[in-house]
Amino acid sequence: MSLLEVTDLKVTFPTSDGLVQAVRGLSFTVDRGRTLAIVGESGSGKTVSTQAILGLSPRADISGTALFEGVNLLQLDREQLRRIRGAEISVVFQDPLTSLHPLYKVGWQIEELFRVHQPGTGRAEARKRAIELLGLVGIPRPDRRVDDYPHQFSGGMRQRAMIAMSLALNPKLIVADEPTTALDATVQAQILELIGRVQAEFDIALILITHDLGVVAGIADEVLVMYAGLVAERADRRTLYYRPHHPYTKGLLESIPGSTGARGGRLRPIPGSPPSLIDIPSGCAFHPRCPYAMPVCAAERPPLATVTGGGGHASACWLPHEAVGLGPEADALRLRAKEA
Amino acid sequence: MTLTEIRPDAVTDRTIAGRSPLQLAWARIRTDKVALVSGLTVVLLCALALAAPLIAAWNGHDPDEQFRDTGITAQGLPIAPNGTFWFGTDRLGRDLFIRVLYGARVSLLVGVVATGLAALVGVVVGLLAGYYGGVIDTVLSRLMDVVLSFPYLIFAIAVVSIAGPSLTATIGVIAFYSWAAIARVVRGQTLSLKEREYVEAARSIGCGDLRIMFVDILPNLLAPVIVLTTLLVPAAIVFESTLSYLGLGIVPPTPSWGNLLSEAQGFYRVAYWYLGFPAATLLLTTLAFNLVGDGIRDAIDPRTERLFSRRRRRSRSRSLSRSRRKGA
Repeated sequence: MSLLEVTDLKVTFPTSDGLVQAVRGLSFTVDRGRTLAIVGESGSGKTVSTQAILGLSPRADISGTALFEGVNLLQLDREQLRRIRGAEISVVFQDPLTSLHPLYKVGWQIEELFRVHQPGTGRAEARKRAIELLGLVGIPRPDRRVDDYPHQFSGGMRQRAMIAMSLALNPKLIVADEPTTALDATVQAQILELIGRVQAEFDIALILITHDLGVVAGIADEVLVMYAGLVAERADRRTLYYRPHHPYTKGLLESIPGSTGARGGRLRPIPGSPPSLIDIPSGCAFHPRCPYAMPVCAAERPPLATVTGGGGHASACWLPHEAVGLGPEADALRLRAKEA
Repeated sequence: MTLTEIRPDAVTDRTIAGRSPLQLAWARIRTDKVALVSGLTVVLLCALALAAPLIAAWNGHDPDEQFRDTGITAQGLPIAPNGTFWFGTDRLGRDLFIRVLYGARVSLLVGVVATGLAALVGVVVGLLAGYYGGVIDTVLSRLMDVVLSFPYLIFAIAVVSIAGPSLTATIGVIAFYSWAAIARVVRGQTLSLKEREYVEAARSIGCGDLRIMFVDILPNLLAPVIVLTTLLVPAAIVFESTLSYLGLGIVPPTPSWGNLLSEAQGFYRVAYWYLGFPAATLLLTTLAFNLVGDGIRDAIDPRTERLFSRRRRRSRSRSLSRSRRKGA
């Protein structure tokens, strides 16, 4: 049994402009100790889906199932969900400056986890654990820094403190929502290395939400590419990088500097912009921006189907399943399919 | 001194002391002379009010004691201020100074207790309304609207006619009218604070609603609530005087500034002190409280610069003199 099994998750927000369909039927699984990366542009539904599972988006209408160790999180009441948050599943947010409360000491905020979830823990014990945790995530002289306020920490240290908080109660799953976006490039690498290390050390499953494929390359076991609230493509890391099937994945990879080979060559951006989630294009939501769009793409939504090569590689695209990869042969296959 | 003379440990021994927001606010308020003087006035008033029985015992004038021989003229009029009666006497020959002091006890008590009650209720109601939103917010917000739109004197008269005038009724009426203003401010702030990421982070680690409201959101509200409360104290004092003046508040013979003014109004032509001293004390008190409130606001939130603020003018004159020096 997988640790987390999400099936047909749909999240909508009723607004005065209309119904925002943020997630339109998302399914994925995360196994114990494994890392799933969810990649997508802003508004693709990657953050909304994890927040909905954890009950952190109160105004949303949510349907589907999310089995965590066999328990459907979406049917738990607020109190039951509250007990799971922080203890079984913890979250690392994007911006460590705004996620730490500015008026309380860092150590106090780590100790709060024990106060909330294990009220029997003594003050001295909680403080000792907080110091241990700060040391574990690489804060120098944790016995002193435990009494610092967040503004006395650097950005990287704050994110380390957030990670320490997420580890405090030995969770089974950590959801890291763009944990490195607010940090410098060098600090990003350190934080990713730290996340990978603690994950291996404590055998924690990780959902890594990001829009940066470079971040994914380092630590993900499996990658989920999302577009307009649906999975576009799912594959293990290697397959996704070298044998992408969905034109959107291909577009993402080609827009990374240095990916198209020739130095000094121009980047190939994906034309257009993400669709409005109130008025989503018919059929495949990507078809208005897709260079290989066929008549069927506008008419029918492609199912998430297994792609040649196996290994859990699946893609939601009408193009032939042999048309994988970034090379000219794959392109020729795709274009031939379009002409046909 | 040459470089070699600097001991390395002397350098590392010097630690940079972090200053808490309270220390910063204190440092700022210490440079604000108006706030300091007003603060001192408030402290002095409180001390005098507290010490009123001692002072009465010292000069032997009970607040209700009528000095029919020395405190009243042959025509039955009050006596002007002199060595024995510092503020003169009233129409019954009572020592006005002692009565004003005892009045301060009532006024300050009513001001502080009523405002404290109002702050307590206002913060809780505002937090609940802002945090939960929806139906709870609608109900509580409309309740605030209703309270704020009540004609207060008519309400006070109604309450007094049912319950009879008393200290408790006065405090109750004032608290009833003050909490809604605080609740509105708290609600508004809570609406924005609850969307902060650290609140979401608190929720993500499994904090309950009450913990989020009182541990994560409330500390951010302290600054505006403190400022608002210090500004509501003088309003409450004036309110109490109004009620007592109209005979709806504190019942004579217990002196309060309001009923002193009420008694004095028939005598202002012949005895200026009778009306003057209670009125001046009331004015001084409310002015001092208001200026202290302003000072605290400036100290807590230095970003909101007042138009024609003293601080700005000072810094401008400083830079002016500096440039003049440069020119010389």
